[in-house]
Amino acid sequence: MIELREVRKTFGDNAVLRGVNLTVPKGESMVIIGGSGTGKSVTLKCVLGLVRPDSGTITVDGEDVADPQDRDDFLAHFGMLFQGGALFDSLRVWENVAFRLLRGRLKRPREEARSIAVEKLRRVGLREGTADLYPAELSGGMQKRVGLARAIAADPQIIFFDEPTTGLDPIMAGVINDLIREIVVEMGATAMTITHDMTSVRAIADKVAMLHDGVIQWTGPVTEMDAAPDPYLQQFIHGRAEGPIEAVR
Amino acid sequence: MILAAPVARIGHTTLKAVAALGRVTIFAVQTVRHILTPPYYALEFWHAVIAIGWLSLPVVGMTAVFTGAALALQIYAGSGRFGAEAVVPQIVAIGMTRELGPVLGSLMVAARVASSIAAEIGTMKVTEQIDALVTLSTNPMKYLTAPRVLAATLTVPVLVAVGDTIGIMGGYLVGTTRLGFNEVAYLKNTFQFLEFWDVGSGLVKGAVFGFLIALMGCFYGMNSGRGAQGVGAAVKAAVVAASVLILAANYLLTEAFFAS
Ligand SMILES: Nc1ncnc2c1ncn2[C@@H]1O[C@H](COP(=O)(O)OP(=O)(O)OP(=O)(O)O)[C@@H](O)[C@H]1O
Ligand SMILES: [Mg+2]
Repeated sequence: MIELREVRKTFGDNAVLRGVNLTVPKGESMVIIGGSGTGKSVTLKCVLGLVRPDSGTITVDGEDVADPQDRDDFLAHFGMLFQGGALFDSLRVWENVAFRLLRGRLKRPREEARSIAVEKLRRVGLREGTADLYPAELSGGMQKRVGLARAIAADPQIIFFDEPTTGLDPIMAGVINDLIREIVVEMGATAMTITHDMTSVRAIADKVAMLHDGVIQWTGPVTEMDAAPDPYLQQFIHGRAEGPIEAVR
Repeated sequence: MILAAPVARIGHTTLKAVAALGRVTIFAVQTVRHILTPPYYALEFWHAVIAIGWLSLPVVGMTAVFTGAALALQIYAGSGRFGAEAVVPQIVAIGMTRELGPVLGSLMVAARVASSIAAEIGTMKVTEQIDALVTLSTNPMKYLTAPRVLAATLTVPVLVAVGDTIGIMGGYLVGTTRLGFNEVAYLKNTFQFLEFWDVGSGLVKGAVFGFLIALMGCFYGMNSGRGAQGVGAAVKAAVVAASVLILAANYLLTEAFFAS
């Protein structure tokens, strides 16, 4: 279970998070929506300990993320897809995907690591030929999918996806939505996904949280989203230019 | 108020410099700790040896040969004023091994290596690759900084040794072809006169300079600002800091080794 309590974060004079409260139960898929620049990526980075909140507490299964007993061990249970892919451009695609399997605690023979990588690549719709290329040789959408394959390579229990379907064609987006759903249902993983794509939200969410003005404006099961009276949420999910959320932020 | 402004600025700059020095020191201590404790990333270390040591050979060699050649000409002209032209081989050897080999060689390596390390790590930082490393249970200090700093500390002395040899050869070429020295006598004078510590002190300097070069590259890369501009600033700062530190450390080491 992931719990955020009164999390605040300010960059310079830009107060991004102003008291975020959010609970993600084990084995559930939480989707975070919200306008561009509202701090969704920052929220995920706070949970991973990559960004240190100014105040508030974040716990994962009761353990404070600010100082876990063993940081590497703690993060061994996580998988993260970065918004920009964040692939290591000095390594081949398969070495990126198998990064965890080639070193450290989960280390295994190169051949085995490679075959796992190829299998994960196949699951995100990439053929084996891609494995030996370098990230710079791939299209944006392909890089995104390699990032996704890397995030799931070591079968993590907690997975964060920052805009997994952005930049993908509709069919591939469907494949990825199915994959995320599968990972949650089959492997019982806890997932937090950021997306702007409402089809994606409906396909992968158990629960939805909307971040606006530095706080969680609305949260609830995806089944209640359409009927929820919150005007901010309604404006967002229907993509209306008119409403309480200003277009210039 | 207006009169106080420059003073305030000096104070401000000093404070910032002291703070930076503190951060660099902490960074250096952490780096050494990561070099000494497992896990070790052998492949990363090997890549760093190639990039820092092997690929710097040409530039170090060129620097040394021209420096040795010019040095021979200068010493010949200078010593000619009191009729002591015969000392050219010895002074070239001492000048190369004690000072010019390590200092000029390291400055060239700084330009080449501190910049490329800062650019590489800085780019990794701004494209979130450093964050990705952390989420993949890999400590960036251990995976990126430790192998590079260790590789530079071990390979720059080797580069210095190569540079010394080539520099002396540059002096030899000029001495025998342009200044009329006998080939055998030149070499004999060089090696009979040269003491172990002349070379050894230069190698120790090389190790210290190598450490500083890679450390500055990593430090400024890891602390790079956002975007291409941030990386550019990091590269510039790394090269300037590495060069100045090399010269300052050279003075301190020379003071420690040779002042009596
Ligand atoms: N390292 C940082 N330094 C300074 N400001 C930052 C930093 N990271 C994020 N910000 C700021 O925090 C705000 C939120 O950024 P974040 O990346 O979380 O947005 P987001 O909700 O993910 O937006 P998008 O949907 O466009 O990805 C932005 O205004 C951004 O400028
Ligand atoms: Mg984002």
